[in-house]
Amino acid sequence: MNLTLRIWRQKSKGASGQFASYPISDVSPDSSFLEMLDLLNEELMNKGEEPIAFDHDCREGICGMCSMVINGVAHGQDREPVKQVTVCQLHMRRFKDGETITIEPWRAQAFPVLRDLIVDRTSFDHIIQAGGFISVGTGSAPDANSLPIPKSKADYSMDAAACIGCGACVAACPNASAMLFTSAKIAHLNALPQGQTERYQRVVNMVTVMDHEMFGNCTNIGECAAVCPKEISLDFIANLNRDMMVASFQGVTPTVSLNGANK
Amino acid sequence: MVGALTLYRSTIGRKIIMALTGLVGVGFTVGHMYGNLKAFSFIGGPEYFNEYAEGLRELGAPIFGHGHLLWIVRLVLLACIVLHVWAAVTLYQDSSQARNVRYAQQKTLQATLASLYMRVGGLLLFIFIIYHMAHLTWGIPGIHPNFTYGEAYNNLVYGLSSYFYLPAIFYLIAMVALGFHIYHGAWSVFQTLGLNNRTYTQPLRALSLTLAIVIAGGFAMIPLAVIFGILQPA
Ligand code: FES
Repeated sequence: MNLTLRIWRQKSKGASGQFASYPISDVSPDSSFLEMLDLLNEELMNKGEEPIAFDHDCREGICGMCSMVINGVAHGQDREPVKQVTVCQLHMRRFKDGETITIEPWRAQAFPVLRDLIVDRTSFDHIIQAGGFISVGTGSAPDANSLPIPKSKADYSMDAAACIGCGACVAACPNASAMLFTSAKIAHLNALPQGQTERYQRVVNMVTVMDHEMFGNCTNIGECAAVCPKEISLDFIANLNRDMMVASFQGVTPTVSLNGANK
Repeated sequence: MVGALTLYRSTIGRKIIMALTGLVGVGFTVGHMYGNLKAFSFIGGPEYFNEYAEGLRELGAPIFGHGHLLWIVRLVLLACIVLHVWAAVTLYQDSSQARNVRYAQQKTLQATLASLYMRVGGLLLFIFIIYHMAHLTWGIPGIHPNFTYGEAYNNLVYGLSSYFYLPAIFYLIAMVALGFHIYHGAWSVFQTLGLNNRTYTQPLRALSLTLAIVIAGGFAMIPLAVIFGILQPA
């Protein structure tokens, strides 16, 4: 396959960036999108040019590092059949020979671009730090099955826990909202008995940090769930809304310190 | 319960305020639309319509005095509009800041037009509400050609057919916007209040679609009937 790549190049955080075009030839349709970029980088390095910086790690769709908007879609999977994947799982046979492919980093105030296609997702860490934990007595391991959990609850929690924190939801949202991510991180704990102790405090703290990190707000458009490689559903957002409402009525106030956060 | 007063602080809280005030709006439009239909002769006709318009002032009698409950309703509606718009504007500001650099190319996979144009539609509806009151509530000269206090039916027909039917056309455009707003908004109420999930989402979408068609369609019948000469001055 012969392609033209239009890629966002940016030297460093805060620097101004621009698109640069790179022709690339003899790409195997069986290669993955990242392998195609590796090929381009090799060519660039041979020519003595700066390679394109992009995040990646596992290359099997479980770490959530790879992150790019391809032809206007986060993770680039926009053609039938739409089974969402991460960029590293995207195959080049998805594209047409001779196509021009536009590649951009995630765009959000809370995800500043560090270089080319790499963005800083520390804001997600701040949200998790604010409440993505449970308090348990450490020491000897508890007996297995000492805490009965209905299968449906366990499944629900697992569905939420599937989130790999890649940030595609924020990238795809017209409001750059982190509601899908935050709701998944809250739901997988709030659904289980172990998560009940801090349930409402967790919601208020994590939402406070989410707002503070300058993510946008949810207008129920649903693009987040549509691009999510882990199929996190809007149900979790509805649950977050409900928990937040209950927490507010109970008068729970944030106890989280906002020092480390972005603003 | 006082905790509810802290809702305004978080984005989710402001959305909940938006949902609750929007729900009041949906309830109001249903009632308003139903009342309007009395203008048609197969339901009521001119006299019945005028009586209804005047009778609104006796709402809640005998507990409420002349015009009292009507004013309470007006104030509640005004408060809802103020809160709804305030929430929308502040949330919009947050969101446009959140996406500070735009994509060179952006494609949606499943978003409905209604969901993407909530704010534009909302702005249009806001302008429409002000115009509508100037037109048929206050009857400001120049906006309404010959407004007579108490002649609700004639005011309606003359008002819509004046100026080459432009008001009627504007009403129709606004009702399309209303339909879109309710289609996404009514479903969003359930999502925002946490009453939606994958089992209910399709029925709730269907409910919103029905509400949108019935409300916007019911309202649109009036300007359409004026344009096609079905409603004539009495
Ligand atoms: S590189 Fe790990 S998910 Fe793509």
